[in-house]
Amino acid sequence: MKVMSRKKWTAVAAVAGLCTAAAVSAVPDVANQPVISPKAMADALHVVMDSDRTVYTRQIVNRLVKKDKVIEASEHFEDDKALVLPAQMFRFGSELVAERTEKLPDVAFSYSLQSLWPINKQNEPKTDAEKEGLEYVADNKGENFYTVEELGGKKYFTAVYADTAVAPVCVSCHNDHKDSPRRDFELGDVMGGVVIRIPVQG
Amino acid sequence: MSEQAFTPGFWTAWLIASVALAAYLAYTLFVGEDKTLFMPGELNPGHHQLAESCDACHREGFGGGEVLDEACLDCHGEERVKPVDSHPRTKFSDPRNADRLEKINALECVTCHVEHRPEITQKDGLTQPRDMCFHCHAGIGDDRPSHREMSFETCKDSGCHNFHNNRALYTDFLVKHMDAPPTAARPRVPGREFAEVVEEIMEYPRDHYPVEPLGAAAKDAPLDVLFSVRLWRQWLETAHAQAGVNCSACHQQRDEQGELGPWNEHPGPEGCVACHGLEVQRFQQGKHGMRLAAGLSPMTPAQARLPMQETAAHEELDCVSCHGAHDFDVTRAAVEGCLRCHADEHSLAYEDSPHHRLWKAEVAGEGEANSGVSCATCHMPRIDFDVSEWMSRTMVDHNQSANLSPNSKMIRSACIHCHGLGFTLDALADETLIQRNFSGQPTVQVRSIDLARADQERYQRELEAAGQ
Repeated sequence: MKVMSRKKWTAVAAVAGLCTAAAVSAVPDVANQPVISPKAMADALHVVMDSDRTVYTRQIVNRLVKKDKVIEASEHFEDDKALVLPAQMFRFGSELVAERTEKLPDVAFSYSLQSLWPINKQNEPKTDAEKEGLEYVADNKGENFYTVEELGGKKYFTAVYADTAVAPVCVSCHNDHKDSPRRDFELGDVMGGVVIRIPVQG
Repeated sequence: MSEQAFTPGFWTAWLIASVALAAYLAYTLFVGEDKTLFMPGELNPGHHQLAESCDACHREGFGGGEVLDEACLDCHGEERVKPVDSHPRTKFSDPRNADRLEKINALECVTCHVEHRPEITQKDGLTQPRDMCFHCHAGIGDDRPSHREMSFETCKDSGCHNFHNNRALYTDFLVKHMDAPPTAARPRVPGREFAEVVEEIMEYPRDHYPVEPLGAAAKDAPLDVLFSVRLWRQWLETAHAQAGVNCSACHQQRDEQGELGPWNEHPGPEGCVACHGLEVQRFQQGKHGMRLAAGLSPMTPAQARLPMQETAAHEELDCVSCHGAHDFDVTRAAVEGCLRCHADEHSLAYEDSPHHRLWKAEVAGEGEANSGVSCATCHMPRIDFDVSEWMSRTMVDHNQSANLSPNSKMIRSACIHCHGLGFTLDALADETLIQRNFSGQPTVQVRSIDLARADQERYQRELEAAGQ
C-alpha cells in the first residue's frame, strides 16, 4: 500500500482549502445585494400595507359592523368597547414601526395616512411633496406619485399612493364625522393617500 | 494686600487649604453618599426625596438629554404610552415633523421639563413652556372659532387640555358626559376584586399556600418564634388566614428552589410582594415608596414638603405603616392611615366633609357597600389595571402620584364614578373648595363643556341643513 507523504498531504489540503475559499467567494452574497431600488421598496411596502388594511376593513370592520351588526367601530374604541377604526389600525401600525425602526438603523422608513380632507387636521399634507403628491393621486386615478425631498437636512425618497374607499364603512364614517371637511364621498373615491418615506444618500 | 502678605507661610497655608478642599470635594463626589453639595438648584416636589441619589437620574457622567430621558422613562414610561399619552414620541419622530422639532424638540422630556429650577417650576411640580402648543396648533382658531380669542398660555388651564393625558378632556368625552347631573342618583365606587381574581394571578404562590381557610393550629411559624395571642387572633380573623396565607408567606423568603429562608421578625415590602406584587410595584413608583425603589431609606413624614403631623415625623413608610401588621385593616388604612401623617388644610378638612359622612355611614353598616368616600377612594382609587395584554383587574392603585397632578387625571379614576363631568371640572378648578375638602359647591365655572356643547349643536345644525 502506498502512503502519501506529509508534504503531499499538506499540498492536497492547501489546494482543497483554496478551492473551497474560491467557491465560497464565488457564491454571490444574495441577501446583501443592493438590487432593490427605493421605489421598488416603497411599492412593496405599500402592497403589504394596503392589503392588510383592506383585509381589516372588509373582513373585520365591514363584516362585523355593517353586515353582522355585532359590534361598533369607534375612534374612542377603549371607552366604547368597540373595534379600532381602519385608519387607526393603520396609524397604530405606523407608530409601532417608527418605534421599532428607531432601534434598527438599517431598516429606516416611515409612513403615514394623509388627506386633503382630513378629519384630524394633523393629517393634512404638510410638506410641498405631500401636497403635490396627494393632489396628483386624487387627480390621476390609478397612478402613484414619486419624488425626492429634503427634510431636517436629510434627503428622502417619497412615494404617495392613493387611498381609496374600499368599503361602505369608509364612506359612511368620513361623510358623517363631526370634524370631516367633506361629506360627499362615494365608494371607490380617492379619500387620501399613503405617504412612504425612505432615507436616501446624495 | 501688601506684597509682604505673600510669605512662604501664606503659600503653604493656601496649598494645604486647596488640597484639603479638593480632597473633600473628590471624596464627596466619588465616595460619599450625600452629594447634595453639588446640586445646582432645589429639586421639584416630585423628585426632592431623591436628593441623596443623584445617579437615579444622572446615570452617566457625560451625555445629554438622551441619558436623562432614559431615567425619566424608567419611572414615567408607562404614562408615555398610548392610549394614555395623546402626544407619544412617535408623533414627532416622523420626518414630516422635522421643522417642528427644530423649534421644540418634543422627542426629549428635558426639552420641557427641566430640573433644579425652582424659580420656573409651576404649582403642579413641573417646568413647562406656557405657549408650547402654539408651535403645532397655531391655526386652532380656524378649526375651532371658539378658541380664536384665547391665549396659548391658557391651553393647560384647569379643565382644558393636558398634553400627555387628555383622556378626560377630549371633546367627544365632554359631549358624552355633558348632561350628567352633579351627583349620580346612586353613586358608587368600584368594589374590591382581589379575592375574586386571585385564582387568575399567575405569580400567586398557590403551590405553597393553597387558597383555603386555615385554622388556629395550622400556623407554621417556627417553634422558637414568640408571639402574643392577640397577634394570633388578628391573623386568624383576617382574609390572610381565610385565604390560606400562613406565617411563613410573609415572614420567610423562599429561594428559587422554593426552600424557606430564615425568619424575618419585621418584614418590609418584600414580605408582601409574592402575592401583592403589583401593589408593591405601584407603591414604589409613588411618593410614598420611591425612596425604597431608589435603594434609599424609607420615606418619613419629616422629609415631606407638605404639612405633616409632628407626632408622625419619624415614622418610616412601608406597607404596614398604613395597613398595620397581622390585622391588615384596609378600612383603617383608607383614612386613618393617611390622616395620621397628613396635616395640610385639605386633609384636615376631610372629617367635616360630605365625603367623610358617606364613609362613616358605610363603615357603620348604614350605607350601602362602596357608597363611602375615603381618602383612598380618590387618592388611591380602585382602577381597572391591565395586568397583561389580555387581562385586567380592579386594583387599588398604590401609586397615589399617578392621578394627583394635574388633578384632571383624577376625573376618570375617581370623580366620575359619582359626579357629572361638568360639576367635576368646576370643583377641581376651585382651589378654595379643594382646601375645604369639597364642603360646599363650586364657585368656578370651566368653559370646556359649554364649548363642546356649542360644537355639538353646530354639527347638529349642519346635519339638519344637509337633510340627514
